[in-house]
Amino acid sequence: MIEAVHFPPALILFAGAFLLPFLHGTPRHVVALAAPLLTLWAVWGVPDGVALSVPFLEYQLQVVEGDRLSRLFATIFSIMAFTGTLFSLRQGSRLELPAAFVYAGGAVGVTFAGDLISMFIFWELMAVASTAVIWANGGQTAYRASMRYILMHLFGGVVLMAGILGVVAQTGSIEFGAMRTDSLATWLILIGFLVNAGAPPFSAWLPDAYPEASWSGTVFLSAFTTKTAVYVLLRGFPGAEVLIPIGSYMIFYGIIYALLENDMRRILSYSIINQVGFMVVGIGIGTELTLNGAAAHAFTHIIYKALLLMSAGSVLLMSGGVRRCTDLGGLFKTMPYTATMGIIGALAISSFPFTSGFISKSMIAQGAADQHMFWVWMGLAAASAGVFLHAGIKYPWYVFFQKDSGLRLKEPPLSMKLSMGLFAFLCIGLGLNPEPLYAILPYPVDYVPYTTGHVVTMLQLLLFSGLAFFIMLPYMKRTLTITLDFDWLYRKLFKLAARDAADRTAAAHTAAFEDADKRLAQLINRIFRAHGPHGILARTWPTGSMVLWAAALLALSLVVYY
Amino acid sequence: MDDKHWLERPATIAKLWRGGWVLLAILILAEFTYHPHAYFVLDGWFAFHAVFGLLSCIAMVLFAKLLGVYLKRGEEYYDRD
Repeated sequence: MIEAVHFPPALILFAGAFLLPFLHGTPRHVVALAAPLLTLWAVWGVPDGVALSVPFLEYQLQVVEGDRLSRLFATIFSIMAFTGTLFSLRQGSRLELPAAFVYAGGAVGVTFAGDLISMFIFWELMAVASTAVIWANGGQTAYRASMRYILMHLFGGVVLMAGILGVVAQTGSIEFGAMRTDSLATWLILIGFLVNAGAPPFSAWLPDAYPEASWSGTVFLSAFTTKTAVYVLLRGFPGAEVLIPIGSYMIFYGIIYALLENDMRRILSYSIINQVGFMVVGIGIGTELTLNGAAAHAFTHIIYKALLLMSAGSVLLMSGGVRRCTDLGGLFKTMPYTATMGIIGALAISSFPFTSGFISKSMIAQGAADQHMFWVWMGLAAASAGVFLHAGIKYPWYVFFQKDSGLRLKEPPLSMKLSMGLFAFLCIGLGLNPEPLYAILPYPVDYVPYTTGHVVTMLQLLLFSGLAFFIMLPYMKRTLTITLDFDWLYRKLFKLAARDAADRTAAAHTAAFEDADKRLAQLINRIFRAHGPHGILARTWPTGSMVLWAAALLALSLVVYY
Repeated sequence: MDDKHWLERPATIAKLWRGGWVLLAILILAEFTYHPHAYFVLDGWFAFHAVFGLLSCIAMVLFAKLLGVYLKRGEEYYDRD
């Protein structure tokens, strides 16, 4: 048994982030890979209950408070930080990895935060650090996307802060526990959480920003923000029924938008929202089985989504930036390893039997059935088929098969292959033997995923969805387009409105100046008429008239004095 | 000699389709091998999951297609002024 840890495990990642800029070559690699592993060790050393309490103003912050739920999420965040680091060892940007460490540290910090204030601090740290991860890609496109991204997250942060202040004012307690959606303050907290989860109408920031990060940056981004949101929803709002329709919307939004999308990493970004939707529904149903399911699904999702994005990142790196499905295809011939990894990730996200997605997502659907929620269950079943459609087949098909694009890409370097291999191993390993994961879930697990009926019905659902894909293939021809979303409001309508306001201001400004000009000109004209070279007051008076006037005056004085 | 990758040859693709159909048939017939446990009425129907998977996916593709008519824009849409 390791000794109890009484410091925030996130500190190890922060320390790593501060060390990395001073290191080069092998020492840098060693520190980069060791920090997440040390964090994982520290995570499992955090005891149940408050481990670190710090006074702040008149409050006592519970900076480190452990329980099963926090350890589960901190575990997967640490594993993700390690594998993401391994994948990004060849990344040229020296900003990205330190930023990713702060970002991952923020996520680990949130999971151990026992009070609302510490949670908020780590939460905002993540927003800033993840923005830096996007910046690290360089270029105007990434910069502008990162600005839209941080504006949305700062907005979410302000809403969350307002909610926290309200709760503290009402209850006097900063304790972060289960809340009820019965006051404006708790609603604001819920909205703040949901912004980060990618819930409507705040979904567009995710597919807008994530694909603009580098080939390795997107892998980090996919893991932490949305899953931290799932964690805080699990802790703060288990059983909040409003989450069921919100999650269902996210599930179908993800599918439909991914079907319309052409950019390979944006397809996978939409499918993050789809997958988080399953978790949000599970939290909304709120039984022990579905809460376990949501937590387990977050765990397995981080792994297979990272695997999918690593295979996409490999294609992106080796092709020098080809990102559209219309330009890709036929890569399986020269990249068989990367293609296999992508397919394993695709099978896992589709919750194919014997992959990790099967043993986690099915808990949520089972929970809906147990609660006799017919429509929710039908929706989840249709969506499961839809996941196979939009990610399970679509992604590998368009990137690795489809047609011969003429690209002959080499396999990525060893470190990237290793990181993909590790996560592919976990996808299949957890699918074959879910017990190690079930053992660390928040509630005791009394669920058997592998029954003949379950395997057969799931395979029917998935393979007939696959049949639908190939039948409908002519209807899914990729186009060089993007799809409008709620971000149209702030990227187009508000911009047009602002431009219109600016135009009107400019016009009014010009008119006012023209008017002033005219008046000034009139004034000058008037003065000119009097004082100008021909003005009455500037006229040279002829000598004759002076003599005449002098004579007149003399004559006058003569008359007067005579 | 066909210099195409074996997966690209028409003969292989035809075989894959045939294999696929057989697999789908086996999956439906597999329902006879166990006693189904239905939670609702609908999911107890024979081959419900197969039909539901197929139809819901076709519906989703068509809905996406319809939505695309209204929501698709050129890639430069937000960069243009």
